[in-house]
Amino acid sequence: MNLTWKAAFAAVSFLSLGTAGPLAVATSAHAEELTLCWAAWDPANALVELSKDFTKQSGIDMKFEFVPWTNYADRFLNELNSHGKLCDLIIGDSQWIGGSAENGHYVKLNDFFDKNGISMDDFVPATVVGYSEWPKNTPNYWALPAMGDVVGWTYRKDWFEKPELQKEFKDKYGRDLAAPATYDQLKQIAEFFQGRDVDGQKVYGASIYTERGSEGITMGVTNVLYDYGFKYDNPDKPYDMEGFVNSSDAVAGLEFYKSLYDCCTPPGSSNVYMTESADAFKSGQVAMQMNFAFTWPGLYKDEKVGGDRIGFFPNPAGPKGDHFAQLGGQGISVVAYSDQQDSALSYIKWFAQADVQAKWWELGGYSCLNSVVNAPGFAASQPYAQAFLDSMAIVKDFWAEPSYASLLQAMQKRVHDYVVAGQGTGKDALDSLVEDWTEVFQDDGKI
Amino acid sequence: MLNRTADTLARATPSRVARKVRGLSDRGVAWLFIAPTMLLLLAINIFPLVWAIGLSFTNYRANRPNEPIKNVGLQNYQRILGDSDIWIAMQTTAHFVLWTIVLQTLIGFALAYLIDRKFRGHAFWTTIILIPMMLSPAVVGNFWRFLYQPQTGLFAYAVSFFTGIPNTSIDMLGSVGAAPWAIVIVDTWMWTPYVMLICLAGLRSIPDYIYEAAEVDRASPWRQFWSITLPMALPFIMLAVLFRGIENFKMFDMVNLLTGGGPGSTTEVASITLKRQAFESWRTGYSSAFAIILFVAVFGLANIYVKALNRVKQR
Repeated sequence: MNLTWKAAFAAVSFLSLGTAGPLAVATSAHAEELTLCWAAWDPANALVELSKDFTKQSGIDMKFEFVPWTNYADRFLNELNSHGKLCDLIIGDSQWIGGSAENGHYVKLNDFFDKNGISMDDFVPATVVGYSEWPKNTPNYWALPAMGDVVGWTYRKDWFEKPELQKEFKDKYGRDLAAPATYDQLKQIAEFFQGRDVDGQKVYGASIYTERGSEGITMGVTNVLYDYGFKYDNPDKPYDMEGFVNSSDAVAGLEFYKSLYDCCTPPGSSNVYMTESADAFKSGQVAMQMNFAFTWPGLYKDEKVGGDRIGFFPNPAGPKGDHFAQLGGQGISVVAYSDQQDSALSYIKWFAQADVQAKWWELGGYSCLNSVVNAPGFAASQPYAQAFLDSMAIVKDFWAEPSYASLLQAMQKRVHDYVVAGQGTGKDALDSLVEDWTEVFQDDGKI
Repeated sequence: MLNRTADTLARATPSRVARKVRGLSDRGVAWLFIAPTMLLLLAINIFPLVWAIGLSFTNYRANRPNEPIKNVGLQNYQRILGDSDIWIAMQTTAHFVLWTIVLQTLIGFALAYLIDRKFRGHAFWTTIILIPMMLSPAVVGNFWRFLYQPQTGLFAYAVSFFTGIPNTSIDMLGSVGAAPWAIVIVDTWMWTPYVMLICLAGLRSIPDYIYEAAEVDRASPWRQFWSITLPMALPFIMLAVLFRGIENFKMFDMVNLLTGGGPGSTTEVASITLKRQAFESWRTGYSSAFAIILFVAVFGLANIYVKALNRVKQR
């Protein structure tokens, strides 16, 4: 290699270094910008719209990092665990709160709330416990309730109102064809519609959650399990699960869910979560659909199945009157590794305001602020508002322990093995689940 | 022009830098060019491997960085080897690897044999056959999910058309019996062209004079196939089997998109179990041990296989 080329190589290296420096400076000198991380779904689009007001008021640009639900937990938990600086603000799932608080991923907000007059008493109590507190039921706040959500049901009101179907149903079951109040009623309706010809199309009873990969089947089956008497542990002795997780009532609930899957879902329903369930309803395949309330505004606006054709009802009650629904939704937190914590806190302060929360509801987000949901006109403000209110009054959530992911994974496997793959019995599945969960808590040193 | 640019750049180099560079030998400059790649390889391949071996003897969890890390000796390895779920995942993987290799080798070689006949339009058909392997596994997984859909999927319609079974009863991804075969079919569809290409290279490498000599000796086509074609193409076939075996042993993306490991755990291959342990349960130490076991298994099997391949080549 001759000397000229060596010198050229050195010059290129030198020039590269020379230009990289000013570029780096230029990047850091960019106008203030906050990155908010959340799932890619309809409410996120509403938040983008809402946040324009924040930018107008504060001059701080908002950047959004939205990830599809199936990768949401993987992506952002990786980010938090690696102490990444991608997110200044994060709307993290309710189950993450334990791990994120204990591992120092979220900034504790108590002092900030006190200083800025933000009171958790102003928010729906279930959302404060579910999205903000760790340990649960203690005044230690790590998030502001941001997006209330709960599993509920939609149904084809237009089909239910068909006189010939109403008559046939009443003759068969001795009651009106209407939104079910109990799971037994729901199953009867589902059986009634299964394989029926409606408006020249073969339709099916109900779409329920069965997804295996992330959290789908757990978020579905718990709605039935809670109503049948399943409890996570002994109320008097934490982490004592024998006889609570696998009680005879809980086994009956799991068997019911399987019977609903076997009798009344459309073909090919072995891996259904939010998107697939909504698609089954939108394509006119099913009479009823289990799904999180966030899907309701979009479904109501749907040209084919929305408007007068759709109705909403909360999760039905169990055989003994127990009545719960699986909590969804998230709180908004400041990431402890962010270099812009003050600006991120100013966003939370802005977001907590009553008028911003009211606009949040108008745009399609589910506010958790009492003044919004208890306002006189709220229940009538949208056709699904009453069902949302009723549902939020009966919520119950999955474990929010730091090991929630292992607990969730075990439940996904045990329940899917039984409900979808038909392996073993309901009792076997829940007995195995107790063993799995016991091992997780033993590893954690909690038992 | 090039030299002039180099001269200009050389003149622009500060004298202090130029003096240092002038002292380098050609070998030194060569190392300077290679060094970034070597460092990158060390950083992204060798270091993580060594680090993972270290972690596999601990109780470390990546989502709990503040907790003390305890050395647990061989406990992770013992738990993995005694875990029935892990063995079920290994059996699922073995089923998948075995059947995809058998089908891809048979069909791939048959296609290569046909294409090698050089019939009219063979170049066009070669291109058509190669299309599946050019697609991304994510795309393939997604569209086969639609094809397998019992109500609207083409696959269910086709099976229904030929068998008379109602298409709504053909749930390839939701049935415990059919799901493992559903992923075998998709992988075979996608990767048979790859095996075909390697086999075709093998067939085209056989000199024509050997066949001419066989014809002079009045060997039948069947005899030519068994005595010339197959033995001479065998190293290539074995190479294709090796590549596909290694690839399918670590299969993740397509299975994850098609079934997510379900129904139940019917299609949960080892890499899906590993991913769940590592990035959902965050059992970093445990999953590192599992990864090392998988690595040793693949590495060991591949080594034995390569030795066999060398023996075949030497014959």
